[in-house]
Amino acid sequence: MTPPRKAPGADDVVICVRGLTNRFGDQLVHENLDLDVHRGEILGVVGGSGTGKSVLMRSIIGLQTPESGEVQVFGESMIGREDVDARNIRARWGVLFQGGALFSTLTVAENVQVPIREYFPRIEQALLEEIAAYKVTMTGLPPEAGHKFPSELSGGMRKRAGLARSLALDPELLFLDEPTAGLDPIGAAAFDDLIKSLKETLGLTVFLITHDLDTLHAICDRVAVLADKHVVAVGTIPELLALDHPWIQEYFNGPRGRAAQDAADREAGADPLENMKRRQAALEAAGGDTAPDKDAG
Amino acid sequence: MSAPADFDLADNGKTLRFSGSLTLARLGDMPQHLDDLEASPDRIDIAPVERMDTVGAWLIHRIARDHDIPVEGANGDQANLLEQIAAADQPLKEPPAAVPSLQRVLNQMGEATIRAGVTLVGLVGFFGAVLIDLFAVLRHPRRIRWNALVRQFEVVGVDALGIIGLMSFLIGIVIAQQGAIQLRQFGAEVFTINLVGRLTLRELGVLMTAIMVAGRSGSAFAAQLGSMKLAEEVDAMRTIGVSPMQALVLPRVVAAFCMMPMLSFYSAMVGLVGGGLFCWFSLDIPPITFVSRIREVVPMTDLWQGLLKAPVFGLIIAIAGCFQGMQVEGNAEAVGLRTTAAVVQSIFLVIVLDAFFAVFFASIGWI
Repeated sequence: MTPPRKAPGADDVVICVRGLTNRFGDQLVHENLDLDVHRGEILGVVGGSGTGKSVLMRSIIGLQTPESGEVQVFGESMIGREDVDARNIRARWGVLFQGGALFSTLTVAENVQVPIREYFPRIEQALLEEIAAYKVTMTGLPPEAGHKFPSELSGGMRKRAGLARSLALDPELLFLDEPTAGLDPIGAAAFDDLIKSLKETLGLTVFLITHDLDTLHAICDRVAVLADKHVVAVGTIPELLALDHPWIQEYFNGPRGRAAQDAADREAGADPLENMKRRQAALEAAGGDTAPDKDAG
Repeated sequence: MSAPADFDLADNGKTLRFSGSLTLARLGDMPQHLDDLEASPDRIDIAPVERMDTVGAWLIHRIARDHDIPVEGANGDQANLLEQIAAADQPLKEPPAAVPSLQRVLNQMGEATIRAGVTLVGLVGFFGAVLIDLFAVLRHPRRIRWNALVRQFEVVGVDALGIIGLMSFLIGIVIAQQGAIQLRQFGAEVFTINLVGRLTLRELGVLMTAIMVAGRSGSAFAAQLGSMKLAEEVDAMRTIGVSPMQALVLPRVVAAFCMMPMLSFYSAMVGLVGGGLFCWFSLDIPPITFVSRIREVVPMTDLWQGLLKAPVFGLIIAIAGCFQGMQVEGNAEAVGLRTTAAVVQSIFLVIVLDAFFAVFFASIGWI
């Protein structure tokens, strides 16, 4: 099962970024950026458009080689590594890209099977299919979605399918790039519920890029603010609100920030299970893309 | 590294006891052994399990479900995980049954035939729409988009000069060389000039240029319009009141129509130069003889044939490219498919039409 949850300490740092500098041509994206992600937390990463949130994620997962700096994941330096150890570390994380990034020639179930086949080729086909089936169901997709191709799914379903694939290897660490962007508010709240419950069941550490203030309030343990080419502040939302930084103040205290705060307070007053059930009922009533009996297409 | 997943039967086969690390990485052969298990235990004990992930939980859940027996010894997190897995136990709906292969082949043939028919009708319809817009623009010449037009002239024509020149030069040399080898057997090497002159002016100049333009510009038209369609640029144009037909399609069609004859003529000339150089260096026929021989043996109608075919080919290439580009829908994959279709269709149509032209010109006496 999941490792016992300790208070975050020095050995519980899952991702450690030090002095990261990224540059595209003349444009400096990150300069001397430091960031720690602790085991078992959901860290929200926010910042204005073009502050390099996605670039930061790509640097951590090794898709972007930084100009200088150090990135350690699970205590191992990851920059420019392609050896067997690095491959095994990659098996311990899952990534959900913005558009889902599903393989278009494979069905959803086959997409989920790809990482398992890659790392555990000896696993039986029957078990593989069962694993894919429960992963697909766990992410809230209707059972008929498993044999569909990505092009036959709506945007929300594609994100769920991408999440199912990123969870294929039971990762300890999950990277989510704007998981709720482009979803309707009910679907986005249901996605938040899903991430939170998965995090609690599976003991995940989550690195979450988002613009969604509701998501920040609802599920993030800490929030890192990217501005001026580095992380200007990390902390819980109340801690961030205590800081005298104009961008942070405007972000959380603007009209949208206040509305999200109020909504989060209301949700916190109610039973989380009730909240979840209410949303599920709402989605089913609307025949939305996560309603169990809806046949999309 | 923790111990691999394992199980044994305790209490005279009444208790199925799991131990070790029930995780995907440490599973080993356990699922097979579990499938081979013949005993019918009364309960499952997972107290000795060190770690369990969803795959381990699934295996436990499956055996508990199949034998309808309780799971004991789970700690809080494990019980929670088992509960979540049990909630997610819902088999995927089977995909529709596969049709027999003979029927599938027939289905595919039928679908391909219908698709070919629909594409042909669509192409003709698109050609008609282009003509309507062309006349509309000609009636109101102020609507002509000179900038776009000149830009397309440059992209389709001027930018292609290098590659078409090189290709034609080499083809001229190859024809001369191959022809000379065959004609030498009759001692008629001097007829190499007839071969090079007539072939490049009449057929190869225009045909090779058409194939190159289809590959260069036809595919580019499909890809450009396709990606604009995907990014909803075409829809945005329509809502602003700009006709995509007049702003995007017409300049490309007109440019291909106008540039093809010039490129073909250029290609034929460079091909002649290539052939002439080969004759000079390899057959010792000086350029002056080559040129005067060309003037004697190549009738003017050969040049007219090439120049008459060229704009028609250009039109076909541009129409096929723009038509396929405007058909793009859905995702980026469609852009690739449509671009391929544009090139295949335009080259196919060019060669079919070339065959018609050959018969036609022969029957009106332009031999």
